[in-house]
Amino acid sequence: MEAGIFVDTTTVLSVTGLHKRYGDVQAVDGVWFDVKRREIVGLLGPNGAGKTTTISMILGVLEPTSGSVRIEGIDLASRRSQALERTNFAAVYTPLPGNLTVMQNLRIFGMIYGVPKLAERIETLLQQFDLEPFRDTKCGVLSSGEQTRVSLAKAMLNSPNLLLLDEPTASLDPSAARDIRARIRGFADQGSCGVLWTSHNMYEVEEVCDRVLFLSHGKILLEGDPKTLPGEHGKENLEDLFILVAREPLALERQ
Amino acid sequence: MRMHRTAAIVLRQFYLLRGSPARILPLFAWVAIDMVLWGFITRYLNSVTTAGFNFVPAFLGAVLLWDFFIRVMQGITTAFFEDVWSRNFLNFFATPLAISEYVSGLVLSSIFTGVVGLAVMILLATVVFGLSFAAYGILVIPFLGVLFLFGIALGVCATAIVLRFGPAAEWFIWPIPALISPFAGVFYPISTLPVWMQAISRALPPAYVFESLRAILAHGTVSPSALAASGGLAILDVVLAGWFFSRIYRHAVRTGLIARYSAETLS
Repeated sequence: MEAGIFVDTTTVLSVTGLHKRYGDVQAVDGVWFDVKRREIVGLLGPNGAGKTTTISMILGVLEPTSGSVRIEGIDLASRRSQALERTNFAAVYTPLPGNLTVMQNLRIFGMIYGVPKLAERIETLLQQFDLEPFRDTKCGVLSSGEQTRVSLAKAMLNSPNLLLLDEPTASLDPSAARDIRARIRGFADQGSCGVLWTSHNMYEVEEVCDRVLFLSHGKILLEGDPKTLPGEHGKENLEDLFILVAREPLALERQ
Repeated sequence: MRMHRTAAIVLRQFYLLRGSPARILPLFAWVAIDMVLWGFITRYLNSVTTAGFNFVPAFLGAVLLWDFFIRVMQGITTAFFEDVWSRNFLNFFATPLAISEYVSGLVLSSIFTGVVGLAVMILLATVVFGLSFAAYGILVIPFLGVLFLFGIALGVCATAIVLRFGPAAEWFIWPIPALISPFAGVFYPISTLPVWMQAISRALPPAYVFESLRAILAHGTVSPSALAASGGLAILDVVLAGWFFSRIYRHAVRTGLIARYSAETLS
């Protein structure tokens, strides 16, 4: 923190006792965590650990069996629209409609989020994400990397206070991925936004996240600084720790 | 309810229509074909039957009103299918967009597509086949209103069915108007039907519209109670359809169907 400058690090996302059960399957089994402003939190875990289920519940497209989600103190269950006005997301599995152009998609989602001075905001984002040459190109004909940049531009439209990113760099080449990480890091550092980020790229997580949560079988097994956490559990790096979580979660649960 | 969100849904449909002849053509092509077909049928019937009964307002007018209802219904379902086909549910439903705003956007889109179809039908029916709306008088407005409301109700119900049963359930939706038409009495009095079918007809607002249409042509009068019943039923159907969609949506959110819609079921 710079001397004399107040940095707002209040909680932007508060997840309390979240459970989700599908029949006999407990997909999420009691998850508690917070995300603060200017903080990037990595939600990590093997496939099927409950990461996307947790993100779906935070986005209001999946109702928890029990527990609550509060975004800037607003209860998602009872005031969904107000809570989601301050939120946005990008996920590798939700490209924007391919039969509309980049401009058209950004305009439609900008209207949904009620973005003021929308035309200006879109121009800024087209520049920031190097999308100007594609403004009138249909999203369906863009490369997967370009589509990811459009999704991220959409996710920034309303300058969200909570940004959910589900494997945002999964389809990007290393150079583009580094660039995107730097932009999102910069966005979190400058604004009042907290970011919840899932990724299977442990190098990326170590570079960009302030804190990580390891999820396995719907529970948070570990939480901490990605740079020091591996050492605390006798592992050399985050990838080794990830593999331990994936293969021997019970060993960690006993710790 | 925020109008800018509803406007975004309408704008999306406008963009899709503007750039696509495959979407623009069906707005008027099928109804135009219907007008031409039934225009010649009524001309032929007028030429082979005894003078005094004009089939043009009885049949061609009825087909025009029926096609208007179909256009309104399909205006809603087609707008909804655009989000099914482009897998857009998660993008939309993870935003502040409320269900009422989304459905209102579909309804407003269907008003536009319904009016385009209606204009083409009126042009063909009046200019080419001499249909005169003077035969129905001012009552054509409440007739259109009732059919419009029923089209909305059925369109919203149909989208709820596709939301519940997945993209393949689209197959159920297209034949719905054909399934209803025998009960609606588009071409014949409801009294022609067996008693059990008449009972179903009494629950359908279009049946009152077409009965009233024939009553006006036959003796120039219409039962105010029948008109009121059709209006009341149509409004009730819209309310029930909204409730039904809302329930299906809540079910989809509770079970995770919205998040995994392409899977169709969660089993």
